[in-house]
Amino acid sequence: MELLQMSVRTLSEKIRTKALGVEETVSVLQKRIEETDPELCAFLTIEKEQVAHRVEEVQKGIKSGIYAGPLAGVPVAVKDNICTKGLRTTCASKMLENFVPAYDATVITRLQNAGMIVLGKTNMDEFAMGSTTETSAFRVTKNPWNTHHVPGGSSGGSCVAVAAGMAPLALGSDTGGSVRQPAAFCGVVGLKPTYGRVSRYGLVAYASSMDQIGPIGQTVADCKALYEVIAGFDEKDATSVDKEINPAAIKDRENRNDMSYMTGEYPNKMCIQRLKGMRIGVPKEYFGEGVSPEVRASVKAAATLLEANGAVVEELSLPMTDYAVAAYYIIACGEASSNLARFDGVKYGYCTAEEGSLHELYKKSRTEGFGEEVKRRILSGSFLLSEGYYDAYYLKALKVRRLIKEEYESVFRRYDCLLTPTAPGTAPKLSESLQNPLRMYQADVNTVAVNLAGLPAISVPCGFDKNGLPIGVQFIGNAFCEETLFTVAEAYEVLRGEFPKVWKQQKNGQKKEERLGVPEKNSAGKEGNGKAGGCDGI
Amino acid sequence: MESKNVEKTAPVKGRPKTAECRRYDTVIGLEVHIELSTKTKIFCGCSTKFGALPNTQTCPVCTGMPGSLPVLNKKVVEYAIALGLATNCRINQRTLFDRKNYFYPDNPQDYQISQLYEPICLDGYLEIAQDEGEKRGSSTASENKTGGGTSTVCKKATKTIRIHEMHMEEDAGKLTHDESEGISLVDYNRSGVPLIEIVSEPDMETAEEVIAYLEKLRMICLYLGISDCKLQEGSMRVDVNLSVKEAGSDILGTRTEMKNLNSFKAITRAIAAERERQIALLESGEKVEQETRRWDDTAGASYSMRSKEDSKDYRYFPEPDVMPVVISDAWIEEIKQRQPEFKEEKAARFEREYGIPAYDADILTQSRHLASLFEETATLSGQPKKTANWFMGELFRIIKETGKEPEEFTFSPKHAADLIVAVEEGKINQAGAKEVFAKVVLEDIEPLSYMEQHGLMSLSDEGALQAAIEEVIAENGAIVEEYRSGKDKVFGFLVGQVMKKTKGKADPGKVNELLKRNL
Repeated sequence: MELLQMSVRTLSEKIRTKALGVEETVSVLQKRIEETDPELCAFLTIEKEQVAHRVEEVQKGIKSGIYAGPLAGVPVAVKDNICTKGLRTTCASKMLENFVPAYDATVITRLQNAGMIVLGKTNMDEFAMGSTTETSAFRVTKNPWNTHHVPGGSSGGSCVAVAAGMAPLALGSDTGGSVRQPAAFCGVVGLKPTYGRVSRYGLVAYASSMDQIGPIGQTVADCKALYEVIAGFDEKDATSVDKEINPAAIKDRENRNDMSYMTGEYPNKMCIQRLKGMRIGVPKEYFGEGVSPEVRASVKAAATLLEANGAVVEELSLPMTDYAVAAYYIIACGEASSNLARFDGVKYGYCTAEEGSLHELYKKSRTEGFGEEVKRRILSGSFLLSEGYYDAYYLKALKVRRLIKEEYESVFRRYDCLLTPTAPGTAPKLSESLQNPLRMYQADVNTVAVNLAGLPAISVPCGFDKNGLPIGVQFIGNAFCEETLFTVAEAYEVLRGEFPKVWKQQKNGQKKEERLGVPEKNSAGKEGNGKAGGCDGI
Repeated sequence: MESKNVEKTAPVKGRPKTAECRRYDTVIGLEVHIELSTKTKIFCGCSTKFGALPNTQTCPVCTGMPGSLPVLNKKVVEYAIALGLATNCRINQRTLFDRKNYFYPDNPQDYQISQLYEPICLDGYLEIAQDEGEKRGSSTASENKTGGGTSTVCKKATKTIRIHEMHMEEDAGKLTHDESEGISLVDYNRSGVPLIEIVSEPDMETAEEVIAYLEKLRMICLYLGISDCKLQEGSMRVDVNLSVKEAGSDILGTRTEMKNLNSFKAITRAIAAERERQIALLESGEKVEQETRRWDDTAGASYSMRSKEDSKDYRYFPEPDVMPVVISDAWIEEIKQRQPEFKEEKAARFEREYGIPAYDADILTQSRHLASLFEETATLSGQPKKTANWFMGELFRIIKETGKEPEEFTFSPKHAADLIVAVEEGKINQAGAKEVFAKVVLEDIEPLSYMEQHGLMSLSDEGALQAAIEEVIAENGAIVEEYRSGKDKVFGFLVGQVMKKTKGKADPGKVNELLKRNL
């Protein structure tokens, strides 16, 4: 299991230097999935034959030098709302149970051009609507830290795959926190890039003006490496933006053999140098009533740690935050009601078996094909856009959105980034959240404003609650300032010390049950947290 | 509201004769869809070519596959700006797209990307010519200070038809219902073909005005080369909004919208029928329902498609996948610079510069392509009127006979001019010239060498003619004597003999001249 413990950087280096074969890497991971996934249920589709074919291709490509990039040969799990040519893409919905796309999403093409291997498609909330991965029509994904708890969502499958060592990297999508929140709940790192940074072409739309594909990894560096593969302008997505990503990454793309930034000393202590004088704002609204004391303490401790190491940390206020959840759900449901109209039983996807008029075909196919949460959002969205209600709700929500954006803009004139809890609490118990959808929506309070404003944000593990469930700290950056986020997040990671990995609890030959235990008390999770300069273990 | 001017210019004789009709005015506004002739679709790179096998010009975008995204075709915006400028519109320099939501199988996404809140062109107008005798009173409420007035400057009366707005949108696919099989088929080749919808104000009162407006709009589109505007093929679609009101009243009646109008003739008939229908309803004390009706041209009647109550709520909202289009002053200026000389200016210039009659100028400018062929030919030949005659006579006859589009004629004006000059110089007679002209316009042959090769050249060579004349004089001694004794009548006979001898190739003028000299 040595391979599972490697960072992506080490793994890719070994593959590139041919110390490790692509086939070997993939088979270790597949074995891991076979052992672990029946219980965790992170994956929806794995086509072993397709993967084997791709492995061969990649192995040859690495040999011939076609694939020389930093992630060549590295396997990746992909959320099931990202279209993969010839590989079933269900959005975890009965509606698309047998849908096989005829084309690849732009991010998939980019992964492939980088020599990466799609291991399989991961579970999610149906059409990315939900915060627990429980609205999936197919299976309920469990939190690897405690299988009685949800992994968060909607990118629950992707986060669990990474957290449980089934995939070194994964892609998720984030419309209102769907990458960051499950990353926090699963103890991994998840980035929501700036809106427009990553092409949405081939991402099955939920709320088009907020959807963004994001990378998930064990560490900030892993996340960053995948981000650099997928980010960049795409002429197929009119909302993608042609803006420089990272000079180093661009240079690397031009010269695939220059691995200096990948092979440099890690963790990069340079980021702690850069932390000095960096201005970090802590918006008090993000620590409101709903935030649990443990989360509050853990995240404040992260702030204290950064401050102790040279950052300027100040509390500030973002009063518009109170309106974010309402505005988010109005806009998201409105867009969703239109985006999901195309699933009508006519062209592809689920079609009712009953005969009837065209109207009945639409009605029955959609009634039978969609789950409760999806129907709830389509109905609310249709209502909100109706004549006579549009001005009162949708138009008002758009105004709130502009105000939120302006509020962030004014704050980013003074601060390099913001620090907040990713979620108000830790992973809830299975089936607890769906009983009260409104409360579930309210729990998105710390993530949705970022999507409304189109800003980048990253969630990094920062501790555990008393039950041993991970807590995440969120760093929010100014538009197109992902580099700043990586710097701060990486600095924090170094200062925090190594975060326990759930699959490390398992030793060869150990029984399954023990693998999914609570981390030991003395692990970095709790102790290293408040300890300034706690990078001893590295 | 009726002004004195209007009273004077609104003779009753041109109006329908039934008593009740006299008491009603018709108010008409149009919604016109123009299918643009861009090479590719509005939101994807698929071809827009007409007539391909079903679903062969499609991709994930125009078939509404999950995850696909629209990317706006810049040419569509350019065409819309050009049309907006040509119709005196204000260009909205930050124009947005909206989604119009409705379920139908020809609409693969179950929403149409269109424009509602910020359309690209606003507040334009077109001036249509009005026949003096036909001109009617402008008494509709809409015809106040802002537009719709008639003017009688320079004899020719014009009327202003205001354009409310113009927007860009995507076309839907095409449904075919197979009754015998009980199935419906859908072809998405047309899905995503760009459309411009032009919404007029209710400034028209008669079918003549409607046709004049449509003709004008069509001519502008043809001159811009942005659409072929064929009603039968659906590249120009007209919906007629019509209401009637008591003559002179300011209060507009309830309007209906008429669809499925596939020719100017159908439009004219539908307007008459709908006016009659509404008047009959009002006369019998009933109310006109606000509804959408479908015209059946074979039956000569319309029937209701849907009433206002079942009118759909399209749940419009801003399209998040297409970014706002920002149109710079420079871009508008660039398009302005490229605008062609439109029909009316061109016709006026032809009249002025080439001294051809207004009627000829009007006909010759019906097609921008033919107008430029005419102009070049007229310049090269130095014979504008003769050129006009050849074009309006022979060329138009050939166009009609062959059923070809004017644009398909690509002969070189030099060849046409050479022939016209040859005719004027008597090098070929009229019958021969017609044959050669057809060859020029259809096959672009070089006329002079063709004439020579096919022996169509007139015998204007004096030597050759002289010999023939001498022979005729020798052979017809008696008749020559008659002529010489003052019997002028026989001259024609002698000319005929010369023509016979030269097998009709002689230039009659030359023969006359030489024969007189010899006698």
